[in-house]
Amino acid sequence: MPVPVLKQGSVLIASIQAALSDRDLVELRDDLADRVGRHRSRGVVIDVTALDVLDSFATRTIRSIAYTAKLRGAETVVVGIQPEVAFAMVQLGLSLDGIETALDLEEGMALLQAREAERVG
Amino acid sequence: MSDSVVVPIERETDIVCARQKGRALAAAAGFLSTDQTLLATAISEVARNIVSYAGKGTVTLQTVQEGGRRGLSIVASDNGPGIENVELAMRDGYSTGKSLGLGLPGAKRLMDSFALESVVGVGTKVTMTKWLR
Ligand SMILES: Nc1ncnc2c1ncn2[C@@H]1O[C@H](COP(=O)(O)OP(=O)(O)OP(=O)(O)O)[C@@H](O)[C@H]1O
Ligand SMILES: [Mg+2]
Repeated sequence: MPVPVLKQGSVLIASIQAALSDRDLVELRDDLADRVGRHRSRGVVIDVTALDVLDSFATRTIRSIAYTAKLRGAETVVVGIQPEVAFAMVQLGLSLDGIETALDLEEGMALLQAREAERVG
Repeated sequence: MSDSVVVPIERETDIVCARQKGRALAAAAGFLSTDQTLLATAISEVARNIVSYAGKGTVTLQTVQEGGRRGLSIVASDNGPGIENVELAMRDGYSTGKSLGLGLPGAKRLMDSFALESVVGVGTKVTMTKWLR
Protein backbone atom coordinates (compact mmCIF):
# COMPACT_ATOMS: atom_id res chain seq x y z
CA MET A 1 0.00 0.00 0.00
CA PRO A 2 1.70 3.23 -1.14
CA VAL A 3 2.07 6.04 1.38
CA PRO A 4 -0.31 8.94 0.60
CA VAL A 5 1.46 12.26 0.13
CA LEU A 6 -0.44 15.53 0.47
CA LYS A 7 0.74 18.92 -0.71
CA GLN A 8 -0.03 21.84 1.56
CA GLY A 9 1.53 25.06 0.32
CA SER A 10 5.28 24.55 0.16
CA VAL A 11 5.13 21.49 2.42
CA LEU A 12 4.65 17.82 1.52
CA ILE A 13 2.95 15.68 4.12
CA ALA A 14 3.44 11.92 4.03
CA SER A 15 1.10 9.96 6.31
CA ILE A 16 2.50 6.54 7.01
CA GLN A 17 0.00 3.74 7.64
CA ALA A 18 0.25 0.97 10.22
CA ALA A 19 1.13 -1.98 8.00
CA LEU A 20 4.01 -0.31 6.23
CA SER A 21 6.15 -2.65 4.18
CA ASP A 22 9.83 -2.08 3.39
CA ARG A 23 9.01 -1.52 -0.25
CA ASP A 24 6.41 1.17 0.60
CA LEU A 25 9.08 3.09 2.50
CA VAL A 26 11.66 2.87 -0.25
CA GLU A 27 9.04 3.98 -2.78
CA LEU A 28 8.12 6.89 -0.50
CA ARG A 29 11.76 7.99 -0.45
CA ASP A 30 11.98 8.04 -4.26
CA ASP A 31 8.54 9.63 -4.61
CA LEU A 32 9.37 12.42 -2.14
CA ALA A 33 12.75 13.18 -3.74
CA ASP A 34 10.94 13.58 -7.05
CA ARG A 35 8.05 15.67 -5.70
CA VAL A 36 10.28 18.03 -3.71
CA GLY A 37 11.82 19.06 -7.03
CA ARG A 38 8.57 19.18 -8.98
CA HIS A 39 6.67 21.27 -6.42
CA ARG A 40 9.74 23.20 -5.21
CA SER A 41 8.80 22.18 -1.68
CA ARG A 42 10.63 23.69 1.28
CA GLY A 43 9.53 21.15 3.83
CA VAL A 44 8.55 17.53 4.27
CA VAL A 45 6.50 16.18 7.16
CA ILE A 46 6.60 12.45 7.78
CA ASP A 47 3.68 11.55 10.00
CA VAL A 48 4.27 8.23 11.78
CA THR A 49 1.38 8.52 14.26
CA ALA A 50 -0.24 5.33 12.93
CA LEU A 51 2.99 3.34 12.92
CA ASP A 52 3.22 0.75 15.70
CA VAL A 53 6.84 -0.25 15.13
CA LEU A 54 9.89 1.73 14.05
CA ASP A 55 12.59 -0.88 13.57
CA SER A 56 16.13 -0.53 12.28
CA PHE A 57 15.11 -0.67 8.64
CA ALA A 58 12.33 1.91 8.96
CA THR A 59 14.58 4.25 10.94
CA ARG A 60 17.40 3.94 8.43
CA THR A 61 15.04 4.63 5.53
CA ILE A 62 13.40 7.62 7.23
CA ARG A 63 16.86 9.02 7.84
CA SER A 64 17.74 8.58 4.21
CA ILE A 65 14.47 10.27 3.21
CA ALA A 66 15.43 13.28 5.34
CA TYR A 67 18.97 13.47 3.94
CA THR A 68 17.74 13.08 0.36
CA ALA A 69 15.12 15.82 0.85
CA LYS A 70 17.78 18.05 2.40
CA LEU A 71 19.99 17.67 -0.66
CA ARG A 72 16.97 18.65 -2.75
CA GLY A 73 16.48 21.79 -0.65
CA ALA A 74 13.76 20.75 1.80
CA GLU A 75 13.74 20.30 5.57
CA THR A 76 12.16 17.15 7.02
CA VAL A 77 10.29 16.83 10.29
CA VAL A 78 9.20 13.47 11.65
CA VAL A 79 6.01 13.81 13.69
CA GLY A 80 3.89 11.54 15.85
CA ILE A 81 6.36 8.98 17.18
CA GLN A 82 4.23 7.20 19.80
CA PRO A 83 5.65 6.96 23.33
CA GLU A 84 5.88 3.16 23.18
CA VAL A 85 7.55 3.28 19.81
CA ALA A 86 10.06 5.83 21.13
CA PHE A 87 10.77 3.58 24.11
CA ALA A 88 11.38 0.57 21.85
CA MET A 89 13.66 2.63 19.59
CA VAL A 90 15.81 3.70 22.53
CA GLN A 91 16.18 0.11 23.72
CA LEU A 92 17.02 -1.04 20.23
CA GLY A 93 19.72 1.63 20.06
CA LEU A 94 18.13 3.62 17.25
CA SER A 95 18.24 7.37 16.91
CA LEU A 96 17.10 10.01 14.46
CA ASP A 97 20.23 12.10 14.99
CA GLY A 98 20.22 15.35 13.08
CA ILE A 99 16.59 14.99 12.09
CA GLU A 100 13.90 17.31 13.40
CA THR A 101 11.02 15.75 15.28
CA ALA A 102 7.79 17.19 16.65
CA LEU A 103 4.93 15.90 18.74
CA ASP A 104 2.23 16.10 16.08
CA LEU A 105 1.41 17.44 12.63
CA GLU A 106 0.50 20.89 13.91
CA GLU A 107 3.80 21.33 15.74
CA GLY A 108 5.68 19.93 12.79
CA MET A 109 4.12 22.48 10.45
CA ALA A 110 4.87 25.28 12.92
CA LEU A 111 8.47 24.17 13.12
CA LEU A 112 8.85 24.19 9.34
CA GLN A 113 7.25 27.65 9.15
CA ALA A 114 9.69 28.94 11.74
CA ARG A 115 12.61 27.45 9.78
CA GLU A 116 11.38 29.05 6.57
CA ALA A 117 10.98 32.43 8.26
CA GLU A 118 14.56 32.17 9.55
CA ARG A 119 15.80 31.28 6.10
CA VAL A 120 13.99 34.11 4.33
CA GLY A 121 14.24 36.73 7.05
CA MET B 1 2.29 -24.94 26.32
CA SER B 2 -0.33 -23.86 23.80
CA ASP B 3 -1.23 -21.23 21.23
CA SER B 4 1.64 -21.74 18.86
CA VAL B 5 1.70 -19.91 15.54
CA VAL B 6 4.17 -20.55 12.75
CA VAL B 7 4.59 -17.64 10.37
CA PRO B 8 6.43 -18.48 7.14
CA ILE B 9 8.87 -15.74 6.21
CA GLU B 10 9.53 -15.61 2.49
CA ARG B 11 9.20 -12.01 1.45
CA GLU B 12 9.35 -8.66 3.14
CA THR B 13 5.56 -8.35 3.54
CA ASP B 14 5.72 -11.44 5.81
CA ILE B 15 7.69 -9.32 8.31
CA VAL B 16 4.61 -7.14 8.91
CA CYS B 17 2.45 -10.28 9.18
CA ALA B 18 4.79 -11.82 11.80
CA ARG B 19 4.85 -8.74 13.98
CA GLN B 20 1.06 -8.32 13.77
CA LYS B 21 0.54 -11.95 14.80
CA GLY B 22 3.07 -11.47 17.59
CA ARG B 23 1.31 -8.38 18.87
CA ALA B 24 -2.08 -10.13 18.80
CA LEU B 25 -0.72 -13.13 20.69
CA ALA B 26 1.01 -10.87 23.21
CA ALA B 27 -2.20 -8.93 23.78
CA ALA B 28 -4.15 -12.17 24.30
CA ALA B 29 -1.51 -13.35 26.78
CA GLY B 30 -2.02 -10.18 28.80
CA PHE B 31 1.09 -8.19 27.90
CA LEU B 32 0.90 -4.46 28.45
CA SER B 33 0.75 -2.31 25.36
CA THR B 34 4.35 -1.14 25.85
CA ASP B 35 5.61 -4.71 25.98
CA GLN B 36 3.54 -5.61 22.93
CA THR B 37 5.44 -2.93 21.05
CA LEU B 38 8.82 -4.19 22.31
CA LEU B 39 7.89 -7.72 21.21
CA ALA B 40 6.65 -6.58 17.80
CA THR B 41 9.87 -4.64 17.26
CA ALA B 42 12.07 -7.61 18.19
CA ILE B 43 10.04 -9.86 15.87
CA SER B 44 10.46 -7.35 13.09
CA GLU B 45 14.26 -7.44 13.45
CA VAL B 46 14.71 -11.22 13.43
CA ALA B 47 12.16 -11.67 10.62
CA ARG B 48 13.92 -9.07 8.52
CA ASN B 49 17.25 -10.81 9.03
CA ILE B 50 15.69 -13.97 7.57
CA VAL B 51 14.54 -12.08 4.48
CA SER B 52 17.82 -10.19 4.12
CA TYR B 53 20.34 -12.94 4.77
CA ALA B 54 18.65 -16.33 4.45
CA GLY B 55 15.89 -15.62 1.91
CA LYS B 56 13.31 -17.66 3.75
CA GLY B 57 12.55 -19.27 7.06
CA THR B 58 9.94 -19.25 9.80
CA VAL B 59 9.01 -17.30 12.91
CA THR B 60 7.30 -19.40 15.55
CA LEU B 61 5.37 -17.62 18.26
CA GLN B 62 4.27 -19.45 21.37
CA THR B 63 2.88 -18.55 24.75
CA VAL B 64 4.92 -20.34 27.39
CA GLN B 65 4.53 -21.11 31.06
CA GLU B 66 7.38 -21.76 33.46
CA GLY B 67 7.28 -21.92 37.21
CA GLY B 68 4.12 -19.90 37.56
CA ARG B 69 5.11 -17.16 35.14
CA ARG B 70 3.81 -16.65 31.65
CA GLY B 71 5.54 -15.34 28.60
CA LEU B 72 5.86 -15.28 24.86
CA SER B 73 8.60 -17.14 23.10
CA ILE B 74 9.77 -16.30 19.61
CA VAL B 75 11.87 -18.64 17.50
CA ALA B 76 13.22 -17.37 14.19
CA SER B 77 14.77 -20.12 12.20
CA ASP B 78 16.20 -20.54 8.73
CA ASN B 79 18.36 -22.83 6.62
CA GLY B 80 20.36 -19.97 5.20
CA PRO B 81 24.12 -19.44 5.02
CA GLY B 82 24.57 -19.19 8.80
CA ILE B 83 26.79 -16.74 10.68
CA GLU B 84 30.55 -17.25 10.79
CA ASN B 85 31.22 -15.29 13.94
CA VAL B 86 28.22 -15.23 16.26
CA GLU B 87 29.97 -13.09 18.84
CA LEU B 88 30.74 -10.44 16.25
CA ALA B 89 27.17 -10.54 14.90
CA MET B 90 25.90 -9.70 18.41
CA ARG B 91 28.00 -6.55 18.55
CA ASP B 92 26.31 -3.15 18.13
CA GLY B 93 27.14 -1.75 14.72
CA TYR B 94 28.39 -4.96 13.13
CA SER B 95 26.73 -5.52 9.77
CA THR B 96 27.64 -7.35 6.59
CA GLY B 97 24.60 -5.76 4.94
CA LYS B 98 25.72 -2.10 5.12
CA SER B 99 22.98 -1.56 7.68
CA LEU B 100 23.04 -0.28 11.26
CA GLY B 101 24.04 -3.60 12.81
CA LEU B 102 21.50 -3.13 15.60
CA GLY B 103 18.97 -5.87 14.83
CA LEU B 104 20.39 -8.74 16.89
CA PRO B 105 21.91 -6.83 19.83
CA GLY B 106 18.83 -4.57 19.87
CA ALA B 107 16.41 -7.51 19.91
CA LYS B 108 18.40 -8.95 22.82
CA ARG B 109 17.89 -5.72 24.77
CA LEU B 110 14.15 -5.75 24.01
CA MET B 111 13.66 -9.29 25.33
CA ASP B 112 14.27 -11.04 28.67
CA SER B 113 16.20 -13.95 27.25
CA PHE B 114 17.96 -14.32 23.94
CA ALA B 115 20.02 -17.06 22.30
CA LEU B 116 21.62 -17.10 18.88
CA GLU B 117 22.72 -20.40 17.39
CA SER B 118 24.17 -20.59 13.93
CA VAL B 119 26.11 -23.09 11.86
CA VAL B 120 27.72 -21.99 8.62
CA GLY B 121 26.06 -23.73 5.70
CA VAL B 122 23.27 -25.09 7.89
CA GLY B 123 21.29 -22.18 9.21
CA THR B 124 20.49 -19.78 12.01
CA LYS B 125 18.14 -19.95 14.96
CA VAL B 126 17.26 -17.13 17.31
CA THR B 127 15.29 -18.08 20.43
CA MET B 128 13.99 -15.31 22.63
CA THR B 129 11.44 -14.92 25.39
CA LYS B 130 9.71 -12.10 27.19
CA TRP B 131 7.88 -12.66 30.48
CA LEU B 132 4.69 -11.04 31.68
CA ARG B 133 5.31 -8.35 34.27
N1 LIG C 1 19.43 -15.18 9.74
C1 LIG C 1 20.69 -14.83 9.42
N2 LIG C 1 21.42 -15.57 8.53
C2 LIG C 1 22.68 -15.22 8.21
N3 LIG C 1 23.31 -14.15 8.71
C3 LIG C 1 22.66 -13.36 9.59
C4 LIG C 1 21.32 -13.66 9.99
N4 LIG C 1 20.93 -12.73 10.89
C5 LIG C 1 21.97 -11.90 11.04
N5 LIG C 1 23.02 -12.26 10.26
C6 LIG C 1 24.36 -11.61 10.21
O1 LIG C 1 24.56 -10.90 11.41
C7 LIG C 1 24.82 -9.51 11.13
C8 LIG C 1 24.23 -8.65 12.22
O2 LIG C 1 22.80 -8.73 12.20
P1 LIG C 1 21.96 -7.51 12.77
O3 LIG C 1 20.53 -7.79 12.56
O4 LIG C 1 22.42 -7.22 14.15
O5 LIG C 1 22.43 -6.27 11.88
P2 LIG C 1 22.05 -5.94 10.35
O6 LIG C 1 20.93 -6.79 9.88
O7 LIG C 1 23.30 -6.00 9.57
O8 LIG C 1 21.58 -4.44 10.46
P3 LIG C 1 20.17 -3.90 11.04
O9 LIG C 1 19.44 -5.07 11.62
O10 LIG C 1 20.52 -2.88 12.06
O11 LIG C 1 19.46 -3.33 9.87
C9 LIG C 1 24.24 -9.28 9.76
O12 LIG C 1 24.85 -8.21 9.09
C10 LIG C 1 24.50 -10.62 9.06
O13 LIG C 1 25.84 -10.69 8.62
MG1 LIG D 1 19.17 -7.00 10.99
